Amino acid sequence: MELIKVWDIPGGVHPPENKHQSMVEPLGQIEIPPQLILPVSQHIGAPAKPIVEVGQKVLGGEVVAEADGVFSANVHASTSGTVAAIVEHVVPHPSGMRDTCVIIDTDGKDEWVALEPWEDYTQRDHDDVVKRIRDCGIAGLGGAGFPAAVKLNPRSNHTIDTLIINGTECEPYITADDMLMRERADEIVAGTQILARLLHDPERVIIGIEDNKPEAIERVRKAAEGTNILVVSFPTKYPSGGEKQLIQILTGREVPSGQIPATIGVVCQNVGTTAAVYRALRYGEPLVKRITTVVGEALEQQRNIEVLLGTPVHYVLDKHGFNEKKASRLVMGGPMMGFALPDTSVPVVKTTNCLLAPSKKELPPPEPAMACIRCGMCAEACPAELLPQQLFWYAQAEDLEKLETHNLFDCIECGACSYVCPSHIPLVQYYRAAKGEIRQHRIDKEKSDRSRRRFEFRQERIAKEEAEKEAKRLARKKAAEEAKKKLAEQKAAAPADAKPAPAEDADKQLAKLERLLASAQERLKKAEQPLTDDATDEQREKQAASIKQAELKVSEAQKKLNEFKASNIAKTSENKPASDDPVAAAIERAKAKQTMAPEEKLRASIESLQKRLEKAEQKAADAEADKPDMVDALKQGVAKLKEKIASAEKELAELAPAKSSASKEDKTSSTPDAAQAAIERAKAKMSMSPEEKLRSTLESLYKRLEKAEQKAADAKAEGSDKAEALQQGVDKLKEKIASTQQELDEVKPSTVAEETPQDPATSDAASLAIEKAKAKAAAMATMSASDKLRNQVDSLEARLEKSRAKLAKAEQENDDNVDAFRSAVTKLEDKLAATREQLAEHE
Amino acid sequence: METIAQHPIAAALIALIGLALLFGALLGFAAVRFKVEGDPIVEQIDNLLPQTQCGQCGYPGCRPYAQAIANGDAINKCPPGGQTTINELADLLDVEAPTLDEEHGEEADVPTVAFIREDECIGCTKCIQACPMDAILGAAKQMHTVIADECTGCDLCVEPCPVDCIDMIPVSTTIKDWKWELPAASHEQAANLIATDRGRGQSQQSGEAA
Repeated sequence: MELIKVWDIPGGVHPPENKHQSMVEPLGQIEIPPQLILPVSQHIGAPAKPIVEVGQKVLGGEVVAEADGVFSANVHASTSGTVAAIVEHVVPHPSGMRDTCVIIDTDGKDEWVALEPWEDYTQRDHDDVVKRIRDCGIAGLGGAGFPAAVKLNPRSNHTIDTLIINGTECEPYITADDMLMRERADEIVAGTQILARLLHDPERVIIGIEDNKPEAIERVRKAAEGTNILVVSFPTKYPSGGEKQLIQILTGREVPSGQIPATIGVVCQNVGTTAAVYRALRYGEPLVKRITTVVGEALEQQRNIEVLLGTPVHYVLDKHGFNEKKASRLVMGGPMMGFALPDTSVPVVKTTNCLLAPSKKELPPPEPAMACIRCGMCAEACPAELLPQQLFWYAQAEDLEKLETHNLFDCIECGACSYVCPSHIPLVQYYRAAKGEIRQHRIDKEKSDRSRRRFEFRQERIAKEEAEKEAKRLARKKAAEEAKKKLAEQKAAAPADAKPAPAEDADKQLAKLERLLASAQERLKKAEQPLTDDATDEQREKQAASIKQAELKVSEAQKKLNEFKASNIAKTSENKPASDDPVAAAIERAKAKQTMAPEEKLRASIESLQKRLEKAEQKAADAEADKPDMVDALKQGVAKLKEKIASAEKELAELAPAKSSASKEDKTSSTPDAAQAAIERAKAKMSMSPEEKLRSTLESLYKRLEKAEQKAADAKAEGSDKAEALQQGVDKLKEKIASTQQELDEVKPSTVAEETPQDPATSDAASLAIEKAKAKAAAMATMSASDKLRNQVDSLEARLEKSRAKLAKAEQENDDNVDAFRSAVTKLEDKLAATREQLAEHE
Repeated sequence: METIAQHPIAAALIALIGLALLFGALLGFAAVRFKVEGDPIVEQIDNLLPQTQCGQCGYPGCRPYAQAIANGDAINKCPPGGQTTINELADLLDVEAPTLDEEHGEEADVPTVAFIREDECIGCTKCIQACPMDAILGAAKQMHTVIADECTGCDLCVEPCPVDCIDMIPVSTTIKDWKWELPAASHEQAANLIATDRGRGQSQQSGEAA
């Protein structure tokens, strides 16, 4: 018997053990319940997937829900029966919530599937053994429900040197493992050997048992005789049964924060699990039952029972004489780490090591919490060497970051701190809540990161789409521009070909323009034809307007012609220097000479002769001084030149009479031109007079109205659809005429006074009026105020008289403008009266 | 040596100028070598925001709001984040934590996800375009559905739906994401010290160990 050093753990408490009550009676059995409720999630990890159908007959040991992945465990039917339902049912969980359960109506026959016992389980292959453990759905029976097979396949970088079988069972009241060790020590030892072999025979294989279970220690020691298994007992202290605490007690090693025991070469299994592993291998028995302590003063009978998984708690309690009135509550697990069951319909599951139904006296309701007095007892009690007080503050303030930096996740929730707290602060509850909060926060964080990525990706995608669209748009735009450019180039190329043509037939164009001018002049002449005496005012006005129009056209035609001529000349003059051929220049000069009048020619020749004579005389004079031998020759030249000049002058004198007559002809031909210019000027100025403008528009409007009325009449006769539209057009035109007429009337009175017989050929009314006005203004400037007024009165009287005459005439002829005339007369009368008054005041 | 001794002021000046130049060069080099890209504070703020991209703060997404906070905007405009986010932001920016600005919406007690009543969906894709998360699946004239895991419950899809077939349903807590509640504050529990008051607040203190 090898001795092993036993270490101590920090902190810890010694609550009343209360283990004797349930150990009085031997391990009991209860009947098969009428209904089994098998939650798919009785272990840590992914819930199993139900593989049976409602109404299906199942035998004991048949898989009803299959492990979903490695981190999961099969769920087996605990006995034979029929699947009644697969529903959400209340499960043993602190939340009291529902989860998927397979409900089996048992038939009481307890028929089983054919199990496959392995006599030679010690010879079996490693993988086969692990597979069987997995298939049998073995999960940690200590309380956490960790799938056993997972622990038996440590990672390759973890070398396991110690296997610890946990028979500590430190929590008060619970004696399930104690009972197991007493009853089935050989199974435990056999199971331990299997596990040791699976872990390639670690250096040390220890079964650790607290020293408050002497009988169990003795039995296990006896069973372990002749093996390399160490059965170690150590002082009782809560919570030495915690995995990390037990490892520390037995090896002196601490599991690093956030790590698993395998990292320090240790694997830990519960004694119950070990026994289940043995039964699974030896008999092929899946995990369908377990030993559970049923204890508490609210029960008539307190003992350990072997119970089928899925048995409803109320069935178990009923079998033990549960007195609901006596019970303060119902707890699954021990008083330190267990949780209150909200409902007795929940089933017993793989992790149910104890059902505690304490009386109010036994386990009184917690005292109301009081303020923390900072006694520090919690810190002394903490087996994980945390600072429960600090954690409490931070949990209250929900300062999750600080909680994490204070290693909240190393808290094993043993409840030692709450137990010692003199203020009865439910510290563990704070830590559990804070842990949940942090987990939730981590999940939220992960989700928000994913959301951010998705959002950013979406933004990017949208931006990309936009960019693509933009690029396409730009490409289209570019293409359109190019097409436009090409078109413009083609157009430019065409005029390049076409341009010479107009240049070539500039003569044609000139002729055309001349024709245009001629026709315009013709029209003007026609318009100027004096009207007959009985012509109405309207007709006169019409005539005046048409004269104006004709004049305008004439002037336009003239202008165009002039422009064209000017541009043509410019062109030719531009063209000339380009061909600086002396011959061509000479020809040009000769041509110019030819086109010159004979008189002019003569004059030019005389001029040139005189120049030559001057030069010759000068040369002769020079020669006389320098070269006497050349003087004679030069003098001869001078004489010849003189002769030439004389003859030319003679010719010129002969030409003179002819020239005078020709000039006369020229003058007569130039007179129409002067008249034309005058007309142009007059027309330009007159077109500025608004009255004239209005008159001409009125004129054209009348013409349009006439046409429109005719069209409307035709359309009506034909019953055309357009008739209405045309009629509308007529109405509109009439409206326009009316408004134009009105405008004209408004303008007229002011101009009536200055109106003089319009004769475009003779005078310019507008400029005359301006000059008159200027003269008047000049005169007025020198006049006295009363003189001014008198003048005004005179002019007003004159205007009034004229207006009255017009009005009378209009009334006679029933003119449309009668009203306008009338208002003009009254206005003038008013003005006259006002001016007279002013004059009277002045004098 | 002699010149230095003879002109101590000049020597001191030269030494100081030399030092100034040396350190200036050092700082300049450090500024280039250890240049920080972007605005790290915006990054940090953005990390604290819940990334629902709901726009309730008045900005088009969480990052723009983070930018706005960095530029001095109020930190209490995020209803999905609620008081927790405000506290975290206050911590980060070292300011007093204000309460949530109700103007931008109330903090929901339970998170919600969008749910499309699928037989009513006409397949208009409007909600798909509105979803900042790409969490809605579907095509034109085809039924749409929400990927609940990706939905942040931002509400943005509800409004564009022409047939009003989108509901915001609260996410129910499952046994997997259930978490312990914080116990009632100690001062509330202290009220139960009076014997006759006992039992009133005890139902909440479930089977916790003594």
